[in-house]
Amino acid sequence: MNILVGLSHVPDTTTKIVIGADGKSIDNKGVKYIMNPYDEFALEEALRLREKHGGTVTAVTVGGDTAKEVLRTALALQVDKAILIKGNSTDSFVVAQNLAALAKELRPDVLLFGRQSIDFDSFQIAPMVAELLDMPSVTITSKLEINGSTVTAERDIEGGKETLVTSLPVVISAQKGLNEPRYPKLPDIMKAKSKPIEERSALEVQARTEVVALELPPAKAKGKILGDSDNDIAELVRLLHEEAKVI
Amino acid sequence: MNILVYLEAIDGKLKKTAFEAITAAHALAQQLSGSVVGIAIGSVDTSPAGLYGLTSCLSAQHPLLDKKSTSAYAETLAQAAQAEQAHIVLLPASATGKEIAARLAIKLQAGLAADTIAHEVVDGKLIVTRPVYAGKARLKITITTAQKVITIRPNVFTAKKVDSPVECTIRTFSPSLTEAHVKAVVTSVSRNTGKLDVAEADIIVSGGRGLKGPENFYLVENLASTLGGAVGASRAVVDAGWRPHSEQVGQTGKTVSPSLYVAAGISGAIQHLAGMSSSKVIVAINKDKDAPIFQIADYGIVGDVFDVLPKLNEHIKRAVGK
Ligand SMILES: Cc1cc2nc3c(=O)[nH]c(=O)nc-3n(C[C@H](O)[C@H](O)[C@H](O)COP(=O)(O)OP(=O)(O)OC[C@H]3O[C@@H](n4cnc5c(N)ncnc54)[C@H](O)[C@@H]3O)c2cc1C
Ligand SMILES: Nc1ncnc2c1ncn2[C@@H]1O[C@H](COP(=O)(O)O)[C@@H](O)[C@H]1O
Repeated sequence: MNILVGLSHVPDTTTKIVIGADGKSIDNKGVKYIMNPYDEFALEEALRLREKHGGTVTAVTVGGDTAKEVLRTALALQVDKAILIKGNSTDSFVVAQNLAALAKELRPDVLLFGRQSIDFDSFQIAPMVAELLDMPSVTITSKLEINGSTVTAERDIEGGKETLVTSLPVVISAQKGLNEPRYPKLPDIMKAKSKPIEERSALEVQARTEVVALELPPAKAKGKILGDSDNDIAELVRLLHEEAKVI
Repeated sequence: MNILVYLEAIDGKLKKTAFEAITAAHALAQQLSGSVVGIAIGSVDTSPAGLYGLTSCLSAQHPLLDKKSTSAYAETLAQAAQAEQAHIVLLPASATGKEIAARLAIKLQAGLAADTIAHEVVDGKLIVTRPVYAGKARLKITITTAQKVITIRPNVFTAKKVDSPVECTIRTFSPSLTEAHVKAVVTSVSRNTGKLDVAEADIIVSGGRGLKGPENFYLVENLASTLGGAVGASRAVVDAGWRPHSEQVGQTGKTVSPSLYVAAGISGAIQHLAGMSSSKVIVAINKDKDAPIFQIADYGIVGDVFDVLPKLNEHIKRAVGK
């Protein structure tokens, strides 16, 4: 079973966002980048599928040189191959086209992605790639089973879970709970430093969205902080009822 | 500009997201001087759409739509968008809506703006706003293609009933579909029985590690039940196994924007805020006056949850007359 897993390189979850000089992106100064948390589940699932069914795992990232970092982590976790598609577009369609083009060449049985990348939170890549490849997809997957060419998956929906059945080849996006990701061991991290990363240039694809501005959310007025006396609690209830009108 | 609105339904009934999408579409249509058409898939009672001012509705019918598959739904919407000459297709950014939208955008060769929270027309150009970096920033984008696909974040565009309800005229729409359009098929659905989901609730009471143990969550449950809301949780308590993952709010849980969010014994870590900071009114209960949750709270009580939650419950019961 051959598996392609897409990894994105995103600012650490605790990053304080500062708007850059262009007014359209973040100021990168001092920002620590990590592997997108959901992609850890995707990568782990890829490794488990290989353990169970044999085959190879290829990790791919569309990004700049700094994005190699996530491919190093993937190599430390023993993926067979790592590919950097060099491109700087943040347009999901452009990224999806590049990933789909690679998939057409590698013909993987399973494509694994994260549910969403935590920078732009767009949740588009997996179903877009699936549509470009005319393949089935299951997003927000919390359970995956592959038997022969039959795929059974569970996904989270509002208020419950759906079970889906489809067949290989398939595109899956991973949700927390799909598995418990392993972490690379120090000697493997060292070894990964000298492993090759294949570099390719990105396809020229016309973006379909354009950034007008990146802004901080409007500052929130300071809240009313009360004590815990009976009067304070009565006052809170009055405020919720009369001022905020939410109860 | 014609707008096609996907009317999400469950068990033949329109969901709240459908009404929100109608309201958002009407607001857009007004700015762009266009008309709005709804589309429901399968046998759905669309009559309530008239309460929200929708006058025209397609009912998509095809035997292959008896099975739920987002690929066939996307194909249906693509054909309907062409038939209706829709410039914009609007869908809810629900789990299913997002998947349909991404596929639809590829089919229509349209740009997609996902999970939007505001739409404005400036110099004839549509600019949409979407939260990024877990709500820590807002990205304004334009879609550069003629046809556009937009999903809207649930609970942000408040569904508005019109003063005088209209009748929603239904036209049957028969897409041409083949088995090849039906890819991954939903074979069963299990619902979190009898419980309101945080992703859909208008009021949420969430508990964190300050509750000390799963046995004390009845305090959170009681208040949620008095308010007619859902129970939410921080990751710390989900990881500890006190509450199910389906209740987790935050970066690796659900993103919610209810009218009222009560955070009890939750510190307000950035990853928790990521999931709930766009709530309309936030109430924090924490014994530490310096807890970060107070920085985004509209109202706060500095106190012990074991003391405050029962009292608050009693006061609210009295206030709402229950
Ligand atoms: C990649 C990543 C993703 C994450 N995703 C999420 C996510 O989706 N959701 C999420 O919630 N977290 C997430 N986290 C975890 C987050 O960083 C925090 O660890 C977590 O939110 C803390 O939960 P808590 O507030 O319940 O616990 P704590 O931080 O331990 O806070 C407990 C609070 O309760 C108060 N308290 C204690 N006793 C009482 C009492 N008797 N009465 C009143 N107050 C009391 C304390 O003052 C304290 O403020 C994520 C972390 C990472 C690294
Ligand atoms: N630049 C990228 N390179 C490789 N994979 C990506 C990239 N961006 C997103 N992905 C994958 O697509 C998933 C969903 O991302 P998104 O649709 O952007 O929210 C991520 O979790 C990754 O698995």
